[in-house]
This record gives sequence, structure tokens and C-alpha cells, in this order.
Amino acid sequence: MLRFLLGRLGLLIPTFFGVTLVAFSFIRLLPGDPLDLLAGERGVTPERKAELMAQMGFDRPLWQQYLDYVAGVFQGDLGTSFVSKKPVLDEFLTLFPATAELALCAIILAVCLGIPAGIFAAVKRGSFADQAIMGTALVGYSMPIFWWGLLLIILFSGILQWTPVSGRISLLYFFPQVTGFMLIDSLLSGEKGAFLSAVQHLILPSIVLATIPLAVIARQTRSAMLEVLGEDYVRTARAKGLPPRRVIGLHALRNALIPVVTTIGLQVGVLLAGAILTETIFSWPGIGKWLVDSISRRDYFVVQGGLLMIAAIIMLVNLVVDVLYGLINPRIRHN
Amino acid sequence: MTNTSPAAKADTAKLEAESRNATKAQLAEFWYYFSQNKGAVIGLVVFALLVLMAVFAPLIAPHDPDVQYRDSFLVPPVWEEGGKAAFLLGTDAVGRDILSRLIYGARFSLFIGVVVVTIALVGGIVIGLVAGYMRGAVDTLIMRVMDIVLAFPSLLLALVLVAILGPGLINAMIAIAIVLQPHFVRLTRAAVLAERSRDYVVAAKVAGAGHLRLMFKTILPNCLAPLIVQATLSFSNAILDAAALGFLGMGAQPPTPEWGTMLAEAREFILRAWWVVTFPGLAILITVLAINLVGDGLRDALDPKLKRS
Repeated sequence: MLRFLLGRLGLLIPTFFGVTLVAFSFIRLLPGDPLDLLAGERGVTPERKAELMAQMGFDRPLWQQYLDYVAGVFQGDLGTSFVSKKPVLDEFLTLFPATAELALCAIILAVCLGIPAGIFAAVKRGSFADQAIMGTALVGYSMPIFWWGLLLIILFSGILQWTPVSGRISLLYFFPQVTGFMLIDSLLSGEKGAFLSAVQHLILPSIVLATIPLAVIARQTRSAMLEVLGEDYVRTARAKGLPPRRVIGLHALRNALIPVVTTIGLQVGVLLAGAILTETIFSWPGIGKWLVDSISRRDYFVVQGGLLMIAAIIMLVNLVVDVLYGLINPRIRHN
Repeated sequence: MTNTSPAAKADTAKLEAESRNATKAQLAEFWYYFSQNKGAVIGLVVFALLVLMAVFAPLIAPHDPDVQYRDSFLVPPVWEEGGKAAFLLGTDAVGRDILSRLIYGARFSLFIGVVVVTIALVGGIVIGLVAGYMRGAVDTLIMRVMDIVLAFPSLLLALVLVAILGPGLINAMIAIAIVLQPHFVRLTRAAVLAERSRDYVVAAKVAGAGHLRLMFKTILPNCLAPLIVQATLSFSNAILDAAALGFLGMGAQPPTPEWGTMLAEAREFILRAWWVVTFPGLAILITVLAINLVGDGLRDALDPKLKRS
């Protein structure tokens, strides 16, 4: 197991350096000089520019700048935001819980609905229910989620007025952030109604963000279940008279879940990309909205840092999934 | 083969006829399995209609997509109270006919899909073939680079690339093609690895086929099935991503009647005029759904593993 883990880690290292290279190149590839971009329309005098170039290390050879950048990254230095003048890492860490909370709720929703839906469709293969579930899943999979979000806002916030349009909690409530997770913090605050308000704010963005992973998980579960249900051991289990619930729940499901776990792991990238759109629509103060705003504000160190952090998170989650996969399925581990 | 005997000629003709028949039989078999999937056939019909709509947009569209009717701002669809027969799906905030803009928008979406998939497919096939055929250091280097591209969420990478290249439809297409490319590289490489040690490849090699011939004429045609399925999926992804970029203001720029851009322009009216938001998104959904249905059908028809079950 250790060898397996080390092997996976070994594969990650070159990729991680590649990712730092992409993040590093980003600012250098932008049209124009980084300092002209920084100065904006006001411009700077040539002397001041030379001084700043030296100060920020832009006058040194590229490879040296890259090494400095990587060294900085390992010390947690991702640069400073042009706009807020705060370290990029601090901003990231402040906003990340909002995205994590949203993404977690979305993936929980997707798993809790997607797996049972997939199992049901597989067991009732060819029935009307199967067709309805798979049809819905295909629609979900094809959904432009930014539009889906707007539709839900029109219906639930506009017409029915059940949910708020944007933000994480009503402005009526104010309490210190302990965990950064609004659901937990609102409970800890003890303020009446705060938790309910947090839930109301979270519902629509979670549904929107869960849509595509839900569809993917349902489809994957169904096809994995169908494959497993045709196996000899399932037939044997049936033949020896086990109740169907036990055959499906124990014998089939456990084996069918292996590819589903990988699929769930792969959804992290989908969730983070989806967060960009979902957070923009619902003005959710997380990483996705922060990056989109930073791109339009030309706050490039933020974009660079965010890019690196998101890639690092995805790589880390993929590693965890790989290891989990190895744990569930010894064949992978020993290959 | 200059001095071929009549017998040899007859043999060649027979072989050619046989191969033509085999291709026909394969196509017939493909169509049989594809048409078994009703959803796929519906998807294909819808897709064909969309293509016709895009091609004949100037003939079908009731209005010019860019003309602003100053007396008709935010007119609701014809069946709503206050709707006008001249504007079936209503007008937007500056008085442009939504139906006409949607019809013209089909051109952009399909164009985006075709261009992006072509770039990603051609690039991916060449790089994947080289990686799988050459193996060794070239393979390792190519695959590591692809891993790096895949480490980023596609939309984020596309956004960043557009930030570098500058917002606009062409740059958005380039960015999306780059982001989608690694999937094709991986698929091609995997297929090449599976095929390269097969007898027919070895036979071609022994017969003296050069590297390029081996790569493109011998191996590639046998790796096409998964690539075709992936191309359909990428087609719909390209449309979705381009619309998302347009929605975020980084894709096609107003007043282009691109569906995502139309949605971005409509955002501020969502609680006042549902139609300006609903229809462009519905157009995206229908298009993507049709293509995905076709993709599912293609997968069923081309995947021998599924065929047997």
C-alpha cells in the first residue's frame, strides 16, 4: 500500500511543478508589461518603473523569477492582490470555506439522490421509471447551469418568493465566523432564525451546482449496476434464495460502487468550474466569484494564485480518490 | 504494378468490391444499432433541423437580428398579454426580435462546436498518435503536459486563456479547443497502444510501410470509434463552455446574437421579463441535449462491448 501511495505521489510532483509553471507563465504571457498592467491608465514614470521592476524582481532572468516564485509558493507566498493589497493566500483562505460549503452541499445532494436513482433505474431496467430517470439525467447533464440558476431565481425568488436572490445569509444577522461554514456558524451563534436563513440562501446554489454531478453519478451508477447485475456471483446469490434487497444492496452495490467512487472524485473539477458560474449568478462570496471578478478587475496575482490553489486542490482530491480506490479494490493496488 | 495480368486485375476488382460491400454492411449494422436507440434518432432529427435553421437563417428569421425596434422594448411573447404578432417570442431590452436572434445564434453555436472539435480532434489525434507510436521520453513528456492541462477545471483554464488572448469569440474557441484537447490525446494514445502490437500492424511494418503510413493509414482508422463518441461529447461541451464564457462576458461580445451573450445581457431583467432569459437558455439546452442524445446513440452503436449485452 505504501508503495502504491508513493507511486501516486511521485506522479503528482512533476504535474505540480507543471501547474506552477502554468501559473507563473500566466502573468508573463499577458499582453503588455506586468507593471503597465499594474499601473493601469495612469501610467508610471520610467524611473519609477525601473525601480518597481527591480523591487518585484521582473528585471531578472526568467528562470530565476520562476525559482523565486516556486520558493515563494512553498512558503505560502502567492503574491499580493493589486486591488485589496492583501496577500492572495489570505484572501483565498477567507473565501474558500464559502465555496467548500457550497460544493460539499452540492456533492452530498448529488450522491444522495444520484446513487439511489441510478440503482432504481438499473433494477427496473427498461421500465418507464428507468426511462424517466435516465431522460431527466440526460437533461441535467446537458443543462447550461448558469441559465438553470436564473430560471430557479425567477421561479423561487421572483414568483414564489421562497428564497433570497443572493448572498450567504440575511443582512439581519451578524455573528463572528468560527468555521467559515455558515450553516455551522449560524448554529453556533445561537441567533434565532440565522440557521434557517443560511439554509434558505444555500438551497438554490446547491441545487444548481449539484445538477451536473447528480446526472453524471446517476448515469454511472446505473451502468455500473447493470454490469454487476449480470455477473455470476449475483446470479448465485439470487439462486441460493437471498432476498432481492440483500442481493442488490450487498452483493451488487458494493462492487458497483467502485467506479462510482472514481466518478464522484472526478466531480471536484466539475464542482469548482461550476462554482465559477453558480457563485457569479447568486453573488456567493467564494473562490469562483473572486476569480471572475479578479479577471475583470485585472487583478492578475489573484488569478495566478487562485489558479494554482484550485489545481492543487483538484490534484489532492484526485490523489485521495486514487488511494481510496486502491483501498476498495486491491487489484488496482497490486498492479 | 504496371504489368498486371487480367487475372490479377480481376482479383483486385473483386477485392475492391468486397471491401465496398463490407463497408456498406458495416454502415448498415451501425445504422441498425443507432436506430434502435429512439432518443438518438430524435436527437439526430433535432440536430439536423438546427443545422438547417443555421444555414437558412436569413430566409427563416422574421427580422434582422440587430435591428432595434424603438417602439417595442421588452415586448412579451405573442401568447402573453401585450404580445405582438410581429415578435413571436417577444423582444429584448433594446427592442430586438428574440426569435430572429435565436435563429442567427444557432449559426454561432454550431460554428463554435465544429471549429472547436476540429481543432481539438486534429491536434489531439496527431499528438496522441505521436505519443502512442513513439513511446519513451516523447510519450512521457506529452502525457505529463496533458496531465497539467487536465489538472485545471476546463472553464477556469478557458477563462484564464481568454484573459491572456483577450475576450472574443475566436479566442474563446481557441481556449476551449486547448482545454478539450487532452481528452483526444489520451484516447488516441490508449487506442494506439492497444493496436500497435496487433498482427495487421506488424504485417504492414514488415511489408515496408513507413512511420507516417503506419500511424495514419494503418493504425488510426482502427482507433476512430472512441474518438467519434468523444467528438460528439466535446461538441456539446464546446457549445456549453462557449455560452458560459459569453455569459461571463469573456466570449462573443454584444451585440453578437450568441446565446450565452444574450443571457448575459438579459440578466438584469430576469425578474421583469422572463422571456429574455428563458429562450436563449432553452435554445442552448435543446441543442446540447440533441447532440448528447446522438452521442449516446453513437456510443451504443460503436461500442462492441455494449452491443453484445
